[in-house]
Amino acid sequence: MKEQLNLNFEEAIKRLEEIVKKLESDNLSLDESLKLFKEGIELSDYCNRKLDEAERQINIVLKGSNGELIETEFNFEEE
Amino acid sequence: MDSVIFSVSQLTKYIKEIFDYDDVLNDVIVKGEISNFKLHSSGHMYFTLKDNDAKIRCVLFKGYSSKLKFIPEDGMSVIAYGCVTVYERDGQYQLYCRKLEPEGYGSLYLAFEKLKEKLYKEGLFSEERKKKLPIFPRKIGVVTSSTGAVIRDIINVSTRRFSGVKIILYPAKVQGEGAAETIVEGIKYFNSRDDIDVIIIGRGGGSIEELWAFNEEIVARAIYDSKIPIISAVGHETDYTISDFVADVRASTPSHAAEMAVPRFDELKFKINSYQETLYKCLNNKIKKDLLYLGSLHQRLMNYSPNNIILQNMQYLDNLRNKLEHTVLQKLTTSQSQVELLKTKLLNIGSNVVLERRSNFSVLVGKMDALSPLKILKRGYAFVEKDEGIVKSVNELDIGDDIILHFCDGNVKCNVLEKMEVNL
Repeated sequence: MKEQLNLNFEEAIKRLEEIVKKLESDNLSLDESLKLFKEGIELSDYCNRKLDEAERQINIVLKGSNGELIETEFNFEEE
Repeated sequence: MDSVIFSVSQLTKYIKEIFDYDDVLNDVIVKGEISNFKLHSSGHMYFTLKDNDAKIRCVLFKGYSSKLKFIPEDGMSVIAYGCVTVYERDGQYQLYCRKLEPEGYGSLYLAFEKLKEKLYKEGLFSEERKKKLPIFPRKIGVVTSSTGAVIRDIINVSTRRFSGVKIILYPAKVQGEGAAETIVEGIKYFNSRDDIDVIIIGRGGGSIEELWAFNEEIVARAIYDSKIPIISAVGHETDYTISDFVADVRASTPSHAAEMAVPRFDELKFKINSYQETLYKCLNNKIKKDLLYLGSLHQRLMNYSPNNIILQNMQYLDNLRNKLEHTVLQKLTTSQSQVELLKTKLLNIGSNVVLERRSNFSVLVGKMDALSPLKILKRGYAFVEKDEGIVKSVNELDIGDDIILHFCDGNVKCNVLEKMEVNL
């Protein structure tokens, strides 16, 4: 998984699509297929995990006393 | 000068024709205040336009009135587009409107068109420049009012589709003085961060003046310069602003913008899982195919295994042996039958020879029998003996000689009396 840490979700999905297409094209050696398969499974696990990990959060940007912008939690229901 | 007498109709028609052939009256824009406004049940609108010194009767037929973006009312200043002609039955000229705009709208509209054309020529709307929305945005920057339905709609729709999405609101003024500037600041603020995947700018529906901030050039340029994809969701379905044209994607409403920005969690999951399934299937197929091929190779290899060769040779050997035995046996039987044949032949020959000999012998015996002197004597012949020798010629005898005549059954003694020669 180390090599995928620097991939974002879109890149991971894109790579996953590539791998599936490649595997479907069918003129690969067994070694290559296994390697791609392993990578594909890792990528899909990674994508699934990313989706599951995501948490809802709603923030608002406010101007601080010095005019700097601060992001804080935004509780819409209380508005 | 001949005085011609017209009928009222003829005169009215004549006046109408003068109106109808006039270029100015055919296509006129009039500014004025509405009074006596009446919306007829038929859908047509009747009113009077007036200013301080004059008034004109106006009609806006249903086909046009349904397209109005506002409801006219008495006292409202409007600009009317249409033609002036005569309503013959009442003998009155009227303005037949095609379009009505609240006053002020006209100048804004012109400004809008001008800016739109300018930015279009500059290439700010070009499709090639438009960025694609990310499949899975983790953080969405929203530039809109912190109060009101827009942010609420966006939060609702986003969390309904995918509860994991993070929304960061940059509160902006969305109408009035300084609104455009805060919108620009918002866009710039999100661009200064590196964790925002998509920006939504927008506001709810309103009049053209209320939406105006989104028609400002500075907003258009900020959108154009944004490195983050921007969805513009201003007003209602039918409202178009410059922002909509420059933005990477136009959404008809803020809810729609959220739908576009946020993927459906279940759909994404489904996509990933179906990819995973395909991966397994592909690999399984590959392995199955390889196994099958391996099996056939193994079979082919086995055909050449030493064991197989030995077996094959053994069989060949057996064959040869069989053949050999068979040939020998055949030879043997042939020889035997030959021997038999020869034997029979020999026997045949043998018996033939004996028979032949036998018959030869009996012939000989017959012959011998025939030649026997006794046999001859039996036939009546006799031979002569003199001095114990057989006389074969008359010359051996003299008259007076004693001779013995031998018959088959006895002898007689005789004396020669006479000799008679016979010339043969």
